[in-house]
Amino acid sequence: MAEFLQYLVTGVTIGSIYALAALGFAIVYNASHVINFAQGEFIMIGGMATATLTAAGVPLPLAILAGIAGAMLVGVLIAKFAVERARNASVVTLIIITIGASIFLRGLAEVVWGKEFHRLDSFSGNAPLMLGGAVVTTQSLWVLGVTAALILATGLFFNRTMAGKAMLATSHNRLAAQLVGVNVRHVVLAAFALSAALGAMGGAVVAPITYSYTEMGIMLGLKGFAAAALGGLGNGVGAVAGGLIVGIAESLSAGYISSAYKDAVAFVIIVAVLVFMPGGLFGRAGTERV
Amino acid sequence: MSALHRHRTDALPEEPPASAPRAAAPLLRVEGLSREFGGVLAVADLSFTIAAGTVHSIIGPNGAGKTTLFNLITGVYRPSGGRVLFDGRDVTGMAPYRLAALGLSRTFQNLQIFMNMTAVENVMVGRHRHLDTRLLPALLRLPSLVRRDHAAADRAAELMRAVGLERYVGTDAASMPYGALKRLEIARALAAEPKLLLLDEPAAGLNATEKKEIGAVIRRIADTGITVVLVEHDMKMVMGLSDHILALNYGRKLAEGRPEEVARDPDVVAAYLGSHG
Amino acid sequence: MTHRLLGLGLLAVVLALLPLGLPNNFYLDMAILAGLNAIVCVGLNLLVGFAGQVSLGHAGFFGIGAYATAVLVSTHKWPALLALAAGALLSAVIAFAVARPILRLKGHYLAMATLGIGIIISIVLRTETRITGGPDGMIVDPLNVFGFEVYGERVWYWVVAGLLLVTVWLALNLIDSPVGRALRALHGSEVAAETLGVDTARFKAMVFVLSAVFASVAGSLFAHYAGLITPAKADFLKSVELVTMVVFGGMASTFGAVVGAAILTVLPQLLTVFQDYQHMMLGLILMLTMVFMPKGLLPTLAGLVQARTSLGGRR
Ligand SMILES: Nc1ncnc2c1ncn2[C@@H]1O[C@H](COP(=O)(O)OP(=O)(O)OP(=O)(O)O)[C@@H](O)[C@H]1O
Ligand SMILES: [Mg+2]
Repeated sequence: MAEFLQYLVTGVTIGSIYALAALGFAIVYNASHVINFAQGEFIMIGGMATATLTAAGVPLPLAILAGIAGAMLVGVLIAKFAVERARNASVVTLIIITIGASIFLRGLAEVVWGKEFHRLDSFSGNAPLMLGGAVVTTQSLWVLGVTAALILATGLFFNRTMAGKAMLATSHNRLAAQLVGVNVRHVVLAAFALSAALGAMGGAVVAPITYSYTEMGIMLGLKGFAAAALGGLGNGVGAVAGGLIVGIAESLSAGYISSAYKDAVAFVIIVAVLVFMPGGLFGRAGTERV
Repeated sequence: MSALHRHRTDALPEEPPASAPRAAAPLLRVEGLSREFGGVLAVADLSFTIAAGTVHSIIGPNGAGKTTLFNLITGVYRPSGGRVLFDGRDVTGMAPYRLAALGLSRTFQNLQIFMNMTAVENVMVGRHRHLDTRLLPALLRLPSLVRRDHAAADRAAELMRAVGLERYVGTDAASMPYGALKRLEIARALAAEPKLLLLDEPAAGLNATEKKEIGAVIRRIADTGITVVLVEHDMKMVMGLSDHILALNYGRKLAEGRPEEVARDPDVVAAYLGSHG
Repeated sequence: MTHRLLGLGLLAVVLALLPLGLPNNFYLDMAILAGLNAIVCVGLNLLVGFAGQVSLGHAGFFGIGAYATAVLVSTHKWPALLALAAGALLSAVIAFAVARPILRLKGHYLAMATLGIGIIISIVLRTETRITGGPDGMIVDPLNVFGFEVYGERVWYWVVAGLLLVTVWLALNLIDSPVGRALRALHGSEVAAETLGVDTARFKAMVFVLSAVFASVAGSLFAHYAGLITPAKADFLKSVELVTMVVFGGMASTFGAVVGAAILTVLPQLLTVFQDYQHMMLGLILMLTMVFMPKGLLPTLAGLVQARTSLGGRR
């Protein structure tokens, strides 16, 4: 039981990061119908910036904010100069554009930060807590707390603020939103900025657990995509649920089946689910109009 | 013209000529057909039959369920209830490509042209079920396959002439005007050599001259013995071409009968003309 | 069509003359690798470019071919061609098994599913250390065909060039056949293709299997040629590289796929002069090309030429 609890804690922790990445995918997908393969790089930027800046003596909160600001800037630039210009391109072309962006960002990160691993201390000491026999690190609590706060804030943003509602409206009906005066171009930029901020914040809080390195975003991003698809593309709640499901399944199978196949779990799940539910777990099964 | 005639004599010899006494068994029978979308019935408990060799029109205001009915008959949508019988066979829920093999062909209200191909290639796809579609002969370009392909290309060009598209044979579909694409869909559907041809608003968006021409094309198709089901808002065309009319509203049958009967039907006048008046 | 043979002849001439222009084995090596990538891309283009079905997992099939060869030839001493065929068969079986369920998916969901399949294959190759040697990979015996050893860059060049020509010929044949039209039709309008009698699920599966077999064969040859195979050759980044070549060169253009494979095989080598900045440059070039030439290199150039000549004709 304690063992199971331990796996659960580990799974929810890493699942939180997947959830943040998946939420980022969902937000961008809603605004622009683009799957942003550079989403993982936002996580990388957040982790790397926080680790290297604190190592250089910058206070932690400032380092995190700098990482978020950097990621948001990058996100807006990608949206403005790549995605927006290729609006009418095919799905594959858009995929390659965002993959090009991710290769560029990893290359840039190598130049700026080097290829080595960067350590970041836990935010509040290394003394772990015990919870029903399971060890919970304080950093796990940070991850859980920050993720919960971000998800809550994102939910409030979309449901309570004018800007958030405008973004939602755009995702439901672009033309109608445009007609009632929503600037859909700004919506796309805002979506990239928001998803970048979520990713970078996730990267910063997870860095003490995973270390940071320039390639950390690849797998995190792909699993985030898997989580987003699991929940149904463009479904925010589904994305968060998808992230947690992937994280927990991964941790449980690493514990009980084989840790070598841990990284495959997310993809086995998503392929299996898509075979039976082509729109993800929470996707609507509409009939295509002919 | 000649292409359409050859069509009958070569491809459908077993079909009785249009003038022969009609067999008792209808070509298409629809029984209690329904389809709902999100709780709303687009087609509701609809029953009717279509006799072989006739032109059968389906009319009704926007949203009446005409296109949905076509989609149900051709297997594009699955019905929520009811049955479709084609040529005496229960074909409910059958995949579209199987129905095509049985002799069902259609056009689309919203153009479904293969924009990545030339016009004649579009029509040649219509010949698909009459060609060698195995992988290996295609990879090796076996002479027998090439021969049949050339014949298919000739036949496709002939059909394009029959609908008045001879000048577009080698043109990329993407660069053809709308009116020509409407006819291209008809030529493509004919290439499959159907027994039953469903046309979804073939004259929509055309000018008066083009409408007249399309009307003549449909007349000629019907004269070759192909059974035609026509969905069209242009009442003049419908009245001129149809042997039989079915009027729908809100997915239900409003009236049915010979053109002049349906046109006089007070419900039809109220519903249909009311919304189009 | 003579048009078809013209392109094929031109490719043959270029391939025949190319070694004259390549000063040493370093360049020959690049040409061989480009040729092997081109074989994969011509097949992948049938799937992605012509049939319009995304795959972000084809390196998985490249890996299956490569590892089948490595394991069967080096460990079990099978004849090379038999091992190559066995790899192709395994790829075909796996591709066929997953094809029907996943090719019902569209757009990004299909991208996700193929990406997932590819990653699962690469993780299996990385993890089954006892068979595959794990992350360090496997040494592979040289290619030996009926007692003749294929040895040295020059011989390999002719083998790969010949095979590339055959691959292109097969692809061109296919495109201009009822099967090819069915594939292009289901790309243009799936519902129209279905109502005209095209069993779209069957043709999607067919082209998926075919492209997997091309990738597998190229993988087998690569294993022999390189003499070493690692799981990196089957991973996500390799899959992305392959699709990028197809899209870069021009979707639905067989020669575009060849050109894309050639350029993107050579480009990273050229970019090494930028040293630390090479990845940034590669990413930037990809982005800019796709933003400004979303249809890819060859179709864009062909469009320009056409616009030019038609303008000239009017004058
Ligand atoms: N795929 C679908 N998903 C949801 N609702 C649909 C779908 N297809 C049709 N409907 C609904 O079914 C009803 C009937 O639509 P249909 O297109 O069949 O009408 P129609 O008679 O062809 O109209 P029109 O004359 O405008 O072409 C409409 O309310 C439409 O919104
Ligand atoms: Mg309609």
